[in-house]
Amino acid sequence: MSNDDLFRQLKFRDPARARALAEALRHNMDAIGREVSVMHVCGSHEQAIARFGLRAVLPPGLELIMGPGCPVCVTDGPEVDEAVALAMQGVRVCTYGDMLRLPGTARSLADAQADGGKVEVVYSISQAVELAQAHPEEQVVFLASGFETTAVATAAVALASPPPNFSILSVHKYVPAAMEIVAASKETHIEGYVAAGHAAIITGWAIFEPFAARTGAPVVVAGFEPLDILAALVKLTELIREGRPEVANVYPRCVTKEGNLPAQRSLWRAFRTVTGRWRGIADVPGGNLELVPELAALDARKRFRIDTAGVRDAAAEEEAKGCICGRIMLGLATPEHCALFGTTCVPESPVGACMVSSEGQCRIWHTYGGVPDLRKVG
Amino acid sequence: MKETEDMCLGVPGKVIAIDGLDATVDFFGVRKSLRLDIVDEPVQVGDYVLNHVGFAIRRIPPEEVQETLALFDQILEVSGAKEDLMAADVRGEMAAGKDQK
Ligand code: SF4
Ligand code: SF4
Repeated sequence: MSNDDLFRQLKFRDPARARALAEALRHNMDAIGREVSVMHVCGSHEQAIARFGLRAVLPPGLELIMGPGCPVCVTDGPEVDEAVALAMQGVRVCTYGDMLRLPGTARSLADAQADGGKVEVVYSISQAVELAQAHPEEQVVFLASGFETTAVATAAVALASPPPNFSILSVHKYVPAAMEIVAASKETHIEGYVAAGHAAIITGWAIFEPFAARTGAPVVVAGFEPLDILAALVKLTELIREGRPEVANVYPRCVTKEGNLPAQRSLWRAFRTVTGRWRGIADVPGGNLELVPELAALDARKRFRIDTAGVRDAAAEEEAKGCICGRIMLGLATPEHCALFGTTCVPESPVGACMVSSEGQCRIWHTYGGVPDLRKVG
Repeated sequence: MKETEDMCLGVPGKVIAIDGLDATVDFFGVRKSLRLDIVDEPVQVGDYVLNHVGFAIRRIPPEEVQETLALFDQILEVSGAKEDLMAADVRGEMAAGKDQK
């Protein structure tokens, strides 16, 4: 078989395999003989699950919950405020598209743009650097959001001597730290985790081993095709059935045990972990990535006096309106539990962060037709 | 570009040209330009890579695609249907986010 044929085989959307995997899953659940809740922590997984209606083929008793899996949703209001303040100070702020309408405590970047602030959507941090090169008379700040996978791109640029009028406002988050918060929560009873394939490409799968051993919950690393996710659930229920809190990798075409070592080296040369607030969740120890002191000259927080005086507690305000994003991100509720879902809160006028981002659970469920669980529909 | 551009997508693309650290990559008919700064191994024209926010993060060795398929079959033991469902789906997904440079 030629390589091209092989990669066409990467369909992983083959119905016969899917049916067989669903069958295997049912066997495992029968053998376990009670209800089981597992969690995935990745917006891309939720998209695949909703889009292909995977919850409809899950056996009764298996609950698949989305955890804090969207880097946009977990960006805190005051972090958005910093970017808004910079844009209003005359700095050109560049960021990924999803960040535009994410509410700050007072305004979003889209609001700032409407009010005359310079805000630019870019596909990649390289484009922000190009803008800085094209406008040497301006200050260009990249609002850098995303998990470790995205942070390595930021690191690559930070370490490659970007132009002097370019700097970085890091709101990068580090996923393993959030899994600890979920595992420590007394309210959730998660028996196993599906880990994000992209993050694991960078970190490698071995990084989850101490977590699995300590919490007693197995972790399976999965890709983003429907078959990848079903295969992960089969493996996860097998490990739960056998009481083996181990790490398995069903995404060997992309994820290795030790991960992308050059990327890890760049990541930790550019960043260090600090305690940071995740929207709707809490202060997460080690949950934010901050530029290291050696790169302070590139750190927008050091370069500018960012005046966000007068900011309010956006999370509290969203909550007051009835938004339950925080509970959704901790896996304690799903969008159907929110009275505003699909009525007051829709993608065109989102109330909370989970409806803003294309990787937010409310937005995904809304896009793919409400509650993607055909069992409930009949 | 669309405001809802996904940050992540797990689709492999084929490298069709390389200029220093810039590569042109074909994702089932949609071309994107990707940076090669952080990819795990040296990349050549013809290789398949994974994209994340404009950076290649992984060169996918064909043996490991085979390994994944074998793993599924091992979990299962099925002989699959052979229709290529992915290409059309993927083309749509990539086209949605293609109007970057
Ligand atoms: S950045 Fe990682 S965790 Fe987030 S959606 Fe992408 S793959 Fe999933
Ligand atoms: S539907 Fe809207 S208001 Fe309700 S939890 Fe989701 S984002 Fe918040």
